[in-house]
Amino acid sequence: MSTSMSNSSKQKPGLLGQLADFFDDRTGYRKLVNELLFERVPGGARWRYVWGSTLVFAFMTQAITGLVLWSSYSAGAQSAWESVFFIQHEMTGGWLLRGIHHVMAQAMVVLLALHLMQVVIDGAYRAPREVNFWLGLVLMMLVLGMALTGYLLPWDQKGYWATRVATNLAGLVPLLGPSIQQVIIGGPDYGHHTLTRFFAIHAGFLPATLVIMLVVHLSLFRKHGLCARQPIVRSDGMFWPDQVLKDAVACLAVMAVVLGVILLPALQAMLAGRPIVPGDLGAELGAPADPSQPYAAARPEWYFLFLFQFLKVFEGWGASGEFLGAIVVPGVVMAMMFLMPIIGRWNLGHRFNIAFTLALLGGIGLLTGMALNEDYCALWVNKSSLAEAENLLKKTEGDPVKLSAALGGNQAQIIAMQKQFKKLEAIRNSESFLAAATQAQMDGERAIELAGRPERIPPSGALELVRSDAKSQGPRLFAQHCSSCHAYVDPQGAKASEQLAKASAANLYGFGTAAWMRGLLDPAEVAGPAYFGNTAHADDDMVNFVTQDLTDRDTWKLEDIEAVVVAMSAESGLRPQQTAADAKATEAALIAKGRALVSDVERCGSCHTFHDNGTKLGSAPDITGWGSRSWLVGIITDPTHKQFYGDTNDRMPSFGKADPGSVPILSTQQIELVVDWLRGDWYRPAVSKAAR
Amino acid sequence: MSKQSAKNLLVRLPTTEAEPGQRRAFLAKAAAIVCGGLATLTPLAAGVWMFLDPLRRRAATASFLPVTTTTSVPDDGVPRQFAVVSDRIDAWTGFAAEPIGAVYLCRQQGAAEVQALSATCPHAGCFVQIEADENCFRCPCHNSKFTFAGSMVAPSPSPRAMDALECRLEKNGTITVKWETFYTGVAGKVTRP
Repeated sequence: MSTSMSNSSKQKPGLLGQLADFFDDRTGYRKLVNELLFERVPGGARWRYVWGSTLVFAFMTQAITGLVLWSSYSAGAQSAWESVFFIQHEMTGGWLLRGIHHVMAQAMVVLLALHLMQVVIDGAYRAPREVNFWLGLVLMMLVLGMALTGYLLPWDQKGYWATRVATNLAGLVPLLGPSIQQVIIGGPDYGHHTLTRFFAIHAGFLPATLVIMLVVHLSLFRKHGLCARQPIVRSDGMFWPDQVLKDAVACLAVMAVVLGVILLPALQAMLAGRPIVPGDLGAELGAPADPSQPYAAARPEWYFLFLFQFLKVFEGWGASGEFLGAIVVPGVVMAMMFLMPIIGRWNLGHRFNIAFTLALLGGIGLLTGMALNEDYCALWVNKSSLAEAENLLKKTEGDPVKLSAALGGNQAQIIAMQKQFKKLEAIRNSESFLAAATQAQMDGERAIELAGRPERIPPSGALELVRSDAKSQGPRLFAQHCSSCHAYVDPQGAKASEQLAKASAANLYGFGTAAWMRGLLDPAEVAGPAYFGNTAHADDDMVNFVTQDLTDRDTWKLEDIEAVVVAMSAESGLRPQQTAADAKATEAALIAKGRALVSDVERCGSCHTFHDNGTKLGSAPDITGWGSRSWLVGIITDPTHKQFYGDTNDRMPSFGKADPGSVPILSTQQIELVVDWLRGDWYRPAVSKAAR
Repeated sequence: MSKQSAKNLLVRLPTTEAEPGQRRAFLAKAAAIVCGGLATLTPLAAGVWMFLDPLRRRAATASFLPVTTTTSVPDDGVPRQFAVVSDRIDAWTGFAAEPIGAVYLCRQQGAAEVQALSATCPHAGCFVQIEADENCFRCPCHNSKFTFAGSMVAPSPSPRAMDALECRLEKNGTITVKWETFYTGVAGKVTRP
């Protein structure tokens, strides 16, 4: 079609037409558009040809959304997570934009697989299209490289730990490995320069290379023309509008799926009558990266799970196994793919290529399935059928000799039982992964809650905020340092007695509340496992006092005891919410009466110092401000201080005291975190998420 | 504009007799444009939506911020520069008690009250400095000059005198200034929202 035909149009062009003529005369753009649109499609337009176009569309979507994300992202160890938080939870439409970028990246990997499959099955790599096939493989690696580098950018626990693994694997490359690793992460350790580098690679080097490659890929595609599906039975079609329509519909469908994935949770929330929180839609944001906090839920993005799983095949081979699994085998597979155009010259070779590609994709699918099964099997495997095995495992502790004895030496039974043991172990692994994933989600939600405080994030970053949060750090510190003796369990809870039996010191759940004090002064409980039962004080003065003196109704009326309970819980000054149930605590008269009883040197005051009752320190803990922040910090810092247990202290370490020149077990800040957590003193948003 | 001439904008086609398949082709083209357009517009619209987020943000409302005490401003009619300190929120970061700008405070001989001038030049927003030798303010960017009272020294590129800020003397001797910024380059003193 030549432009000279324009003379056949007798009409005088309108203003726009004249303008178009002006530009056409100077640029010849009509010819270009002509060439772009009026390409012959041998055998007519087909759906199977849409994958390349959808990939171009997906890349364009990533470029648009990526550029806008770039305008609000800040690559730095104290600002990356924070800026992503701001995009996701504060900026208008940030959740949608980030969601599209995140989900489309995954869609792109799927589309790549489909495009590759179509090209191989149709033999579109054969002469003269070999070079274009190779270019396609390079483009695929570039896209995977962008997926890998993008995962780190939010600088959350998930991305951080997954990237540490990925960069450590890069370090396995012979000779150059450690240098490559150090260059990529921007120094010997992870930090600002890891982020700036990954960001430059993700948004600069890789996409720029990709655009150049893509231009060559598309022009070569046009040069060779479409590789039609054989045999051609239908008449030829035109690229415009026949194939373009199919391409456009496919692109729209891809976009619809992406939006669907983002909005599905919103629909579920709507149907369940829950409020929709836009910040929770789209891409997830975990807790800020913390090199000091383990992250057992670290997994690569799902499309790299197969590699993760593949490495497990080489478990027990040591570093050489990882080298084989992460570098040699994937390298050989890539080399095989690059050789496809050569192998495909023969008919049998082409079939081999198809089989290889399908086997590869099948293998990837299988490994992905295995990885998912290992992590999530506890959700679908019925554990009740393994009850017998579980009991046996507990009894024999997995010792083959004991097992053989237990089963009377029956070989078949032993083998069957060992299989069940393996299954049990798999379930246990899965359970711990699921628990870690739940913990990770809770940590992420808490970090986001903290970042949303009116005071915002301190200049030192969100990690500082998380580390000084009693609600999330308290339980961790308690589990590490306190729970080997103390229980923390609601006495009304389902498994309370079981957990209390294991504890060898008081249950600290609700310490400082009236309910806790009521239990202590209850003759039935004071020597029980929730109080002094499992300690060296089990038959000390306090227990004797509660079981004997307090039961004497002439000196201790029930309302007197209740007054003491209320007065003591008032000493702790706990958050009003927590003591709201004990509304009586606010009754000043009762508190005054209780105080007088506690202070009385004929009653509690005979042993305990209480405000200015004059009782000397040393015989029992000073209970002035019992359960208050400073009282708890004091007893944890040094229970052997004469203000507390002095030399009658049981086994409790002095967590905050250290010999000169050494470091205490817990820093003052850590002790305060435990205390604030025990007391329920932590940041609560004015409107909780559930109520929002 | 006729359909034919619209098409001529992109490509030039011969005018032909109406073909039987023309209607179908037109529908296909329309559908292709609609589908492709919708798919492309989605990320574009999401992008524009987020990119325009800054328009939604408002500066903190102007309030009286403590600057210094009266004893630090001698009554010699010579202005002195003081930092304005305030809590500040910058997107996701909250800064506690940070210098956020500067003012000139000046007290005339024997006077109790203090005059406050914004250090921002009303011409183009540069930081106006004290020219001690000439007993005046001078802007280093375009040489606008102002008297110590803040009025213009003609000829001046500045469209207006230096911006006076409301100033209060608190009971405890603290001087507080109502911290505001104004549009530069215009004759009127208009507060920025």
